[in-house]
Amino acid sequence: MLTTQMVDRLQQALWDTVLMVSVSAGIAVLAGIPLAVFLVTSGSDGIFPAPRLNRIIGTVVNGFRAVPFIVLLVALIPFTRLVAGTTIGVWAAIVPLSVSATPFFARIAEVSLREVDPGLVEAAQSIGCRRWDIVRHVLLPEALPGIAGGFTITVVSMIGASAMAGAVGAGGLGDVAIRYGYQRFDTTVMLVVIAILILLVSAVQFSGDHAVRRLKAR
Amino acid sequence: MTGAAATLARSAVTEIPAAAAAIRKAGTVRFEGLGKTYRSSAGEVQALSSIDLDIRAGEIFGIIGRSGAGKSSLLRTINRLERPTTGRVLVDGEDIALLDEAGLVALRRRVGMIFQHFNLLSAKTVYENVALPLRVAGVARDEITRRVDQALDLVGLAGKGGTYPSRLSGGQKQRVGIARALVSRPEILLCDEATSALDPETTVSILRLLRDINQRLGLTIVLITHEMSVIREICDRVVVLERGEIAEQGEVWQVFGAPRHPATQALLQPLQHGLPEDLADRLHETRRGPEDQAVVELTFAGSAVPDLAQLTELAGGRGLRLLSSQIDRIQGRAIGKLLLALGPGGDAEFPAHLADRTRIIGYVDDTDG
Repeated sequence: MLTTQMVDRLQQALWDTVLMVSVSAGIAVLAGIPLAVFLVTSGSDGIFPAPRLNRIIGTVVNGFRAVPFIVLLVALIPFTRLVAGTTIGVWAAIVPLSVSATPFFARIAEVSLREVDPGLVEAAQSIGCRRWDIVRHVLLPEALPGIAGGFTITVVSMIGASAMAGAVGAGGLGDVAIRYGYQRFDTTVMLVVIAILILLVSAVQFSGDHAVRRLKAR
Repeated sequence: MTGAAATLARSAVTEIPAAAAAIRKAGTVRFEGLGKTYRSSAGEVQALSSIDLDIRAGEIFGIIGRSGAGKSSLLRTINRLERPTTGRVLVDGEDIALLDEAGLVALRRRVGMIFQHFNLLSAKTVYENVALPLRVAGVARDEITRRVDQALDLVGLAGKGGTYPSRLSGGQKQRVGIARALVSRPEILLCDEATSALDPETTVSILRLLRDINQRLGLTIVLITHEMSVIREICDRVVVLERGEIAEQGEVWQVFGAPRHPATQALLQPLQHGLPEDLADRLHETRRGPEDQAVVELTFAGSAVPDLAQLTELAGGRGLRLLSSQIDRIQGRAIGKLLLALGPGGDAEFPAHLADRTRIIGYVDDTDG
């Protein structure tokens, strides 16, 4: 069975994971949606055409997407020190987590934004919408169900990525599973962590699906 | 529109201030040497070339053509959703190519547009959809409420404001589209195949609504369609496009009565009955005997009136049967054809004023058989 100490440790780990993932997810939304809007609208036939910048930003996004998270974690250490003031702990893990989740989420949101019927943009133009009105009243609200679905996927994959945060001493469920479950052959801890992760991911997926259903029911 | 809704609408319309009514004189469009070329991977496509056209204030102007004829491109140059490659578009005498973004937004508030697939925002209610043009124009909130309610009344959708578009029928969606286009009180309304996605009954009701709006608000309506029946129903004048060029244009009754271009004739085909099949089988070109009856085709192209008394008199008791008839009343003129069988007794002379064109298309020995 689990010792009280282990229960406390798991509780702390769960909290660390939730904290890391939610703060990074929040940053991913704040940075990812504008990035997605930029990628969609700055194409040569978009409403803010800037094809060269579009290509450059697109390449940068792909670059970040190509780097495995564990490598990013290490490669970003100087940047993390600059931003978070430290390179260990939860806040130090949030930096690379956000940097990795933002382009991921941006690409998913981009797909939803591209699926908005061009006829709606045309209709908005025809009633005298300026370009920002189109972003605000047409692109974002119409793509919202898809963006919400994409956000769910992002959060789930971030929960997975946060397991590596132990590498910078940030703790979290993955860290406990590796240090106690794997390295000390404590199968119980391993199984408990897996169960908690399954519950956590299911909860996220369930709320995400629920939100999408509600947004679509209009 | 129901009687109650119509009454409401009428009261809504009378509220438009006199100043706005005076501006209603505006609403002209002129195309000068307009051309549009698309560049695609397959090379250049000439969508429109040398279009010269005048659309008058307050008329319902139809643009018809087969698919790919350039109708849509032409319509979209009026609010600059499409930029012409050559030539100019003048709205109320102003070259719209020269407008900056603010000027363009102002133009688009004077030019409403409705679409084949309605293009309503699914994330907004009917009210929010109709309110959007005013919201982005910075109109005050209570003024928005007043005008949206007015517009919804006008299209017969009072009380539907809180519904989402997905819960509406096609006809209702198009009514929302019309309300959204009219809420800025435009002087021109562009209709892009506005009835093509609707069933025949709904089409008739939407066309009637457009006619109504045109008469009561005095705004110019420019519509494109591939159906001649739509043109016949509500247009004053029509232009036929074929491969990006003007095939012919004129008053609707003239174009229907005497189509000159093969493209027009092809478009009119679905509206015309041909020679009835059983008759075609028995028809022979020359008179074979004294008992033969002449089959006479009278064409009415708008100047002659089908006068039955005169026709009977002409037959002089020889018997005159109506074999088939198709007379439409377009803009108060009789347009179409009558097919008559004249009893035995030689060819009669039909005076010129009887119809716009008269010809004997053949003979049959017995019309009843």
